[in-house]
Amino acid sequence: MADEVQIDQEVYDRLIGEGKSERIARAKAKAAAVRKSKIAEGASLGPKPAEENTKALEEFRSKAGEGGGVATATKTADAGAEGGRLTPEERAARVSASLGNGGEPASMGVPAESAHTHRLLALVPPAGIQQVQSKQMDKVYTWPHLLLVEFVSLLAVGALLLVMSFFLDAPLGTLANANEVPAINKAPWYFMGLQELLAYFHPMTAGVTMPGVALVLLMAAPYVDKNPSSRPENRKVANMAFTFFMVFWTILVMIGSFFRGPGYEWVWPWVQGLGFQL
Amino acid sequence: MPKPPTFNDVRTSVQDNVIWKSIFRPGSIYRKGYRDTSRDRALAAMNNVLYHLHPVKVKRHGLKLTYTYCLGGLSFFLFVLLTITGIFLMFFYTPAAGAGAELAYLDMREIEASVTFGSLVRNMHRWAAHLMVFTVFLHMARVFYHGAYKPPREFNWVVGVILLLLTLLLSFTGYLLPWDQLALWAVTVGTDMMGFTPVFGDQVQFVLLGGVEIGPSTLLRWYVLHVLFIPFVTVVFLAVHFWRIRKDGGISGPL
Repeated sequence: MADEVQIDQEVYDRLIGEGKSERIARAKAKAAAVRKSKIAEGASLGPKPAEENTKALEEFRSKAGEGGGVATATKTADAGAEGGRLTPEERAARVSASLGNGGEPASMGVPAESAHTHRLLALVPPAGIQQVQSKQMDKVYTWPHLLLVEFVSLLAVGALLLVMSFFLDAPLGTLANANEVPAINKAPWYFMGLQELLAYFHPMTAGVTMPGVALVLLMAAPYVDKNPSSRPENRKVANMAFTFFMVFWTILVMIGSFFRGPGYEWVWPWVQGLGFQL
Repeated sequence: MPKPPTFNDVRTSVQDNVIWKSIFRPGSIYRKGYRDTSRDRALAAMNNVLYHLHPVKVKRHGLKLTYTYCLGGLSFFLFVLLTITGIFLMFFYTPAAGAGAELAYLDMREIEASVTFGSLVRNMHRWAAHLMVFTVFLHMARVFYHGAYKPPREFNWVVGVILLLLTLLLSFTGYLLPWDQLALWAVTVGTDMMGFTPVFGDQVQFVLLGGVEIGPSTLLRWYVLHVLFIPFVTVVFLAVHFWRIRKDGGISGPL
């Protein structure tokens, strides 16, 4: 078995001798071999020595004094060598030097002649950072979980419609004739509630005022209902009001659709037949 | 004799070319090298046009069928289905009903009798329309019982009520188009009520009917409303509705 990467046999044997697992010993030996070859090529490894950092900082300080220089050495200067930290003034000077506005205090907006707008990131004060606080939630990937559910429900309804359309024909009566009022004269089912109201109230009340008020109430619901809870047990009033509204409306639609016949008179559908078309 | 290419050979040659790669963004599930890992699942959601509708991750409780019953999604699906079947029907329909030349009604007969799949498509359009009114209505009930209209979702509820109204108008304007007795008199009942609007009653009715009573100009007017104007307005409100769902933090809950 020939390895593609050389391993340091010496290190490998030592680690095996120490009782390390074969996998770990092989990985460490591989790393040792790579390190060796790097050193042989003359590259320096590991963190820079402290004196090098200090030297870079000194160099920067002398340049900042001249009012020039570009800040590129953040990492080296912040590396934590003894005496290698910037004072706040120095940091500000460095930022303004990088923005190229010659020692002026750094402004919060985009500097007028700066080509270095990306440097603005350094100027965002902590208060300007939007803190997003949201609870960790139990989440799943949209793909494939949600999309699968959606796809299946979509296919099911599509299939249902196709089968239904194959067996049930949409109604098509005789040609429209404005002079011949049909015996049974009804609106589409979703307006049957209104037509039923029309049997009890003046058209302005039943046809305009009541649906108008209902619509406004419906839209106002979130602004009227100030209860912050979404749990059913905490919002019995809201749920009861809405259920009452729905049941009331459903009953009106049912009566209008099934229990009204010629001349909009009351009929029993199992006696006089169904006076209803979709 | 050369060996026939295997399935993998064919798949590689289809997926590994400039055209395929230009169609499917990096990360798409149709690209070569999709693996079922968390990273690729996230990328798949991000590199799909459905990213307009869905975030990368959704709340687990929302997956349960008994939470949303898919009602909102199905309403939208029915809207799309109605658009497709509606476009088909438009090819064979003329919104004309001059005395003695009721092309609208004759075209309906023609669609039923001699257009290929005409009857099936017309049935689908009709039943999907009724079903859409129903699903939109149920969707509203579902949202109410979950208290899903509470802050920050108040405005999206208002948009939803407007969409319910638009759905009813879409259905109602379509009801007149067959130009048979059922259509004419059902619409008459509905529009008579609008005439009782306070102050502007007559004007409202005149604008909606294109005259003092239902006639050929009403048909043309309602046809344009049905196939162009109301769908356009609906799409605008749908866009806002979907956008707000995401901006308001996805679906509501858990309770």
